[in-house]
Amino acid sequence: MSLIYPREGQKAHPLNTSPDYGSTLKRAPSQPLILLPHTLSETTGPVFGHVAVSDIDSDLTRRHAGEPLGERIIVTGRVLDEDGRPVPHALIEIWQANSAGRYVHVRDQHPAPLDPNFTGAGRAVTDAEGRYRFVTIKPGAYPWRNHHNAWRPAHIHFSLFGPSFLSRVITQMYFPGDPLFRFDPIFQSITDERARNRLISRFDIDTTEPEWALAYQFDIVLRGREATPTEEPHEH
Amino acid sequence: MNTEKPDGLTPSQTIGPFFAYALTPRAYGGPELASEQVAGEGVAGERIRIEGTVFDGDGVIVGDAMIETWQADAEGRFNAVGNAGFTGFGRAETTAEGAFFIETIRPGALPGPNGSTQAPHLTVSVFARGLLIRLATRIYFDDEPGNAQDPVLALVPAERRSTLIARRGTDGVFRFDIRLQGEGETVFFDV
Ligand SMILES: [Fe+2]
Repeated sequence: MSLIYPREGQKAHPLNTSPDYGSTLKRAPSQPLILLPHTLSETTGPVFGHVAVSDIDSDLTRRHAGEPLGERIIVTGRVLDEDGRPVPHALIEIWQANSAGRYVHVRDQHPAPLDPNFTGAGRAVTDAEGRYRFVTIKPGAYPWRNHHNAWRPAHIHFSLFGPSFLSRVITQMYFPGDPLFRFDPIFQSITDERARNRLISRFDIDTTEPEWALAYQFDIVLRGREATPTEEPHEH
Repeated sequence: MNTEKPDGLTPSQTIGPFFAYALTPRAYGGPELASEQVAGEGVAGERIRIEGTVFDGDGVIVGDAMIETWQADAEGRFNAVGNAGFTGFGRAETTAEGAFFIETIRPGALPGPNGSTQAPHLTVSVFARGLLIRLATRIYFDDEPGNAQDPVLALVPAERRSTLIARRGTDGVFRFDIRLQGEGETVFFDV
């Protein structure tokens, strides 16, 4: 499969110079980026289709002796390219806070309880149709020190490897209707509203399992499209 | 199943400060997808070690960054079939002192645009709290004569080129610091 990587779509991304997010001030480069032609170094990338990922890796609620506290949820979706074609064998790594808004990371100082039954890290590889599925608990919102009374909306961090170095992306998935969206400079760093809203998962009644867990759907579109785009939609 | 053209790319967000227990989980006892060790024993090529420190615009060390490297093998090939023990992919978290290292083999030269030849290099992503999208850069080597003809280095203003070139010390280790902002700012690419 030969892909090309148009640059227009990149406008969806936030700029590193986003001063409302204080940590950018001393970390964003001040010099303009230098336009790089796409060579073999960029159009190739690590292959993880062979990585052994088990059911346990994608079920964050079954890693410990007991069940974690919080609202059990299912997160599913598809990984697609810019033409809407599935990206199979894409590696997804996720991490998140527990239901109280606390990370197990040693530097998280938020005075909310750790949950001995929840670590909050998972992995999955997409199937032939680009699908993935995680079971986890809904993360809590948590405070941070960016500005007075700063809180992050509940989110799950997603890290993805697609077909090449150019499709590599790390992002965050949010939950619908969060009242913190308008106050969060990280979410708001994406200036295009439509692009921003693509990070909000969709409540999914069809995947919700009765008597067990609510489901959210989050499709992810990675860089890359067919070298010769076809006019007709593919029939599978 | 019809493929509908999506609305657009999924935008990037920062890796944040708390990724380590998932992405670089050695200290947490978790399974590592990749590490600082890029080439297993028996992989052909010259063994090299690259060390560096990440600094912010005040010259303060960045102790919560993740560095990923991607490279060709010694023959200049990517994902070569049969090159067992070599994925070409490295991943390192900076220490509390802002330091990272990668142990790998020296990559070979490889084809560039318009029939040119690219000097040996690693392709690098830098992720950190405060970076909303990864920074892309390259690591070249100061003892490679091919640097003078490299088509990518040629795009970089001469006075900034040195920020992309790792320098070999008397101990044999290549040194490559990353300066995110300000004096000596590393060249980052729009990919
Ligand atoms: Fe977070």
